[in-house]
Amino acid sequence: MDDLIIAGEKFSSRLIMGTGGAPSLEVLDQALVASGTELTTVAMRRLDPASRGSVLDVLRRRGIKVLPNTAGCFTAGEAVLTARLAREALETNWVKLEVIADERTLLPDPIETFDAAERLVADGFVVLPYIGDDPALARRLEQAGCAAVMPLGAPIGSGLGIRNPHNIELIVEAASVPVILDAGIGTASDAALAMELGCDAVLLATAVTRAQRPDLMATAMKEAVVAGRLARQAGRIPRRRYAEASSPMTP
Amino acid sequence: MDVIVGGGVVGLSIAWRLARAGRPVTVVDPAPGRGASYAAAGMLAPVSEVTYTEVPLLRLGVASLRRWPGFAAELADDAGLEPGGLDLRSDGTLDVAFGADDMAVLDEMAAYLDKLGLPVERLTGRECRRLEPMLAPSVRGGLLAPGDAWVDPRRVTAALLAALERRAVPVVRERAAGLLHDGDGAVVGVRLETGGELRAERVVLAAGAWSTELAGVPVRPVKGQIMRLRSPQPLLGRCVRGAVHGASVYLVPRGDGELVVGATQEEMGFDTRVTAGGLYELLRDARELVPGVTELEVSDVVAGLRPGTPDNLPLIGPSGTQGLVYATGHHRGGVLLAPLTTAVLMGEESELAALCAPGRFRDFS
Repeated sequence: MDDLIIAGEKFSSRLIMGTGGAPSLEVLDQALVASGTELTTVAMRRLDPASRGSVLDVLRRRGIKVLPNTAGCFTAGEAVLTARLAREALETNWVKLEVIADERTLLPDPIETFDAAERLVADGFVVLPYIGDDPALARRLEQAGCAAVMPLGAPIGSGLGIRNPHNIELIVEAASVPVILDAGIGTASDAALAMELGCDAVLLATAVTRAQRPDLMATAMKEAVVAGRLARQAGRIPRRRYAEASSPMTP
Repeated sequence: MDVIVGGGVVGLSIAWRLARAGRPVTVVDPAPGRGASYAAAGMLAPVSEVTYTEVPLLRLGVASLRRWPGFAAELADDAGLEPGGLDLRSDGTLDVAFGADDMAVLDEMAAYLDKLGLPVERLTGRECRRLEPMLAPSVRGGLLAPGDAWVDPRRVTAALLAALERRAVPVVRERAAGLLHDGDGAVVGVRLETGGELRAERVVLAAGAWSTELAGVPVRPVKGQIMRLRSPQPLLGRCVRGAVHGASVYLVPRGDGELVVGATQEEMGFDTRVTAGGLYELLRDARELVPGVTELEVSDVVAGLRPGTPDNLPLIGPSGTQGLVYATGHHRGGVLLAPLTTAVLMGEESELAALCAPGRFRDFS
């Protein structure tokens, strides 16, 4: 499979993992290894990056790049502050920008997100914003200098899959930065579909961490992302109403 | 002599068991009973807290819960308390759900517990509220784990200290600054912060989150903020828990009208600050479950540090270093697992001891 390139950095895995919801660090560790991920998000709120033995140590030990996220922020101001603290503590200028509109749906707030993205790009960050499946907003964020766009398939933790595949396709068509399907993945076929629609990568957490066997689901996701990518590159056949014999009916 | 480093519910329980067995023992702790045990709610709820990947932890919890009534009775007697002086109660845990999503989670959990052979009852919203009339009317249904219990950890540590005093066990109120080693690397005692030394045949490290400062154990502090409310009459008859906005909150009633609301889980290192956001979330979620909590007096807010291990299982048994034994890493289960921990160290639970063996992390660090 070809490499994923974000802001000039290469990744051979197109599966980006989140760490939320894991029952223990050991379960998380096994799932991350099984997933083959090279990039993993960590919520910076309520995490002291200096403390030993935390989730950050698991990532460091496995050589997985840390992508700090601003989960839990409701305003652009909080998100910018959280990103700066993360940059200082983790020595990375990458940030997954996440500004939430309300606690019930956890849907991203487009206005605060755009505001924060502009400020963070100006401050030299590599910004990967989490957004709704809105092609217009995705386009604007790309123009504002974001390194990727991360539209949702469905609300965080819902496992509802990709509710509007058409919009994801529109975002992919228009984008010249990587499109990362973020949130909503429930099972492996959802991840494969995201890649078949043309997404460059998939980000997921709950689907793996809350599965009955997280390590097994992580393996399934890894394979699904590869399968979806290969299918996209191979080019699917057109859909037909009636059968077309695959071998000649008559000699 | 055995030296126990750490005077929380685990360390004090070990000291008490050893003293009862006639072993000379000394406890070292700058503030006994004021660490994680002081913050803990005291839920003895292995069944309602089970997760898919943690069946070994469930086995430890169920075995320890079975030991609790005997442990409590003997302790109350030894400490000179009335029977029931530890407020040990076993009326079960009621896990409630609001929306269809949460109901589906309870259904799945009920099926899982059934498969594990653990008895639980599915209740309708009205049945839940008949058991607990103060529950919010919006409760759609619940899962009752009838065997789950709870105890007041502050009474437990106070009783353990009283029992140790009656048995003339010294409790050195100082911080252990390091371990003493002989020429072969064996541990032969403890160095105290003020410069003194305590020689020991065996050192039991039961220092919770602080264990990592004395030995290379894979234990990290997991911060929990917890709140104690008070009412003239108990608001609830049993432990109630539920998921609100995906975050789990629990309410633990005491016989004296105290209601414990817990708890956050934060990876903040050795930070025990109580924060506005932590308290807000606890109260917000508690009010969803039991609207009446907002009328209660706030009697205490505190943050404690759970000693977390990579697999959430404790480290109990020989450390691999001569003279050093571990009894740490109990994470959220120190109170529940205290009786089992003493039993493992006394060699009474060889099968379960394997699950807690410290050697499982030799390759981890």
